[in-house]
Amino acid sequence: MSDAIEIVVNAKVLRVEPGVTVASALLNNDHHVFRRSTTGEVRAPVCGMGICYECRVTINDVAHQRACMVTVEHGMRVDTGSAA
Amino acid sequence: MSKTRQVVVIGGGPAGIAAASAAAESGARVTMIDEGPAPGGQIWRPAVHSHPPLAAQRWIVRLNATQADVLRSTSVVDIERRNDRFVVVAESSGNGREVVADAIVLATGARERFLPFPGWTLPNVVGVGGAQALAKNGVSFRGKRIVIAGSGPLLLPVAAYLARGGAKVLAVAEQAPLANVARFAASLWRRPRTLAQAIGLRSAFARTRFSTGTWVAGARGDSTVKEVTLTDGRSTRTLACDVLCAAFGLVPNTELARLLACDVVGGAVRTDDAQMTTIAAVYCCGEPTGIGGVDLALVEGEIAGFAAAGVGPSEHLAARRAVHRREAASLERAFALRPELLSLAGAETIVCRCEDVRWGAIDQRWSARQAKLYTRLGMGACQGRVCGAALECLLGWPADSVRVPTQPARSRTLIGVSLANHQPNEQGAS
Ligand SMILES: Cc1cc2nc3c(=O)[nH]c(=O)nc-3n(C[C@H](O)[C@H](O)[C@H](O)COP(=O)(O)OP(=O)(O)OC[C@H]3O[C@@H](n4cnc5c(N)ncnc54)[C@H](O)[C@@H]3O)c2cc1C
Ligand code: FES
Repeated sequence: MSDAIEIVVNAKVLRVEPGVTVASALLNNDHHVFRRSTTGEVRAPVCGMGICYECRVTINDVAHQRACMVTVEHGMRVDTGSAA
Repeated sequence: MSKTRQVVVIGGGPAGIAAASAAAESGARVTMIDEGPAPGGQIWRPAVHSHPPLAAQRWIVRLNATQADVLRSTSVVDIERRNDRFVVVAESSGNGREVVADAIVLATGARERFLPFPGWTLPNVVGVGGAQALAKNGVSFRGKRIVIAGSGPLLLPVAAYLARGGAKVLAVAEQAPLANVARFAASLWRRPRTLAQAIGLRSAFARTRFSTGTWVAGARGDSTVKEVTLTDGRSTRTLACDVLCAAFGLVPNTELARLLACDVVGGAVRTDDAQMTTIAAVYCCGEPTGIGGVDLALVEGEIAGFAAAGVGPSEHLAARRAVHRREAASLERAFALRPELLSLAGAETIVCRCEDVRWGAIDQRWSARQAKLYTRLGMGACQGRVCGAALECLLGWPADSVRVPTQPARSRTLIGVSLANHQPNEQGAS
């Protein structure tokens, strides 16, 4: 991954492959806490195509973004694990 | 002076691409709007850093040769009527925009059907097409132990795709009985190319166990799924795994059609010979009219595109559509869901993942509307796209009314539209 880019996940810098979705960047780094359900369960992507909304994270301070539908960009800030 | 017809095609899968091309070639001004980063829909989704499959390229070249305007990464969240026209409200990375249309073509495709079973909300329990979509968008399943348990013609191609990417596919379980699957496989003889594909796929994961009449009974794990239990109704076996792919066929995306008050029968949008819905100037093609696969989506798309642009029907296209519709019907019969799948959920199993409504909290005598009122079932972010399709199977509840926006949108997008509505004749004269 010589051409890796950096994103900031929960205030930690992560080097990820460019061109992939935020969901891929997180899963490939064994990050499985995308959001917490109303009763506190950990949830992660299911449909991979924008339907289930289980992959919701906060991207650059905009809450409830579907991680499976957004491509990573250098310097992007991603916050996960919030109740939604 | 006659005005150019403005056609908005919603969805950029095979059906939408065919419709947009046909309409634009017929002289209409076309805007195609798609949520994905590039047109192609589900089947033609290119993998990261690669091109769409060969079959797609011919169609994409055809589309690119037209003047059609393509909006990518843009979701349609509302459609309003303004005088005799439509205003399509769309959002892209939080920014709203409107496109005015004389005719609309709905080509919104299908999603997978998920059914609740104990453990289905664990991380790494994903869809079947879902796993493929994730892989194409960059998820690596290399070295992962994967179990695929579900139904439909996607199971084997996805197993092969994941195996080629380095995954260890331990088992593929099809819920339909062998007799049905065999009949479906036999019908492939009539289409040699399809048969060759099927054999090619099987050899890509020759050591994987493929069982029919077998389904998922439950999954367990902690931070992620760790094991899955499969059953054939008589015996069970439990497999340790890293990923479980579980989905049971496809369901048409009919939200926008229902929003426009188009007739939806048995989950599919009703259309006439020209692919027009029961609402004038609203056309529908591809999976929303009933699951039919890529070939049917393409023919229906072309017919809808020509019709939306005001061009009369072609007998040649209608004949092809009839052939593909017969194939789709035989597929549907082969992969009909067995009744055991409808009683997998226990009282504690979550049914509505957005609002964490458990199966035990639902009174089966309720209507869907009552369940919403009493438990918030279907009221979350996915707006019932997952639990609605499940409960249609489990309790026979038909899809409920649609909310606007049809998917979560920022208030800016919607405010922009309501302001515009107060000055009706200003926008979009072309
Ligand atoms: C996850 C998944 C994987 C699949 N994989 C395969 C496969 O490998 N092989 C195969 O033969 N078939 C596959 N299929 C079956 C597939 O449905 C058909 O083969 C074919 O893609 C249907 O074409 P379509 O144009 O009708 O729908 P789709 O290809 O589903 O295209 C619909 C498009 O509309 C867009 N859309 C929907 N709603 C909106 C909206 N509100 N705003 C903007 N855009 C919207 C979607 O993003 C999508 O791009 C898959 C289906 C799914 C759900
Ligand atoms: S994984 Fe379902 S919406 Fe992203």
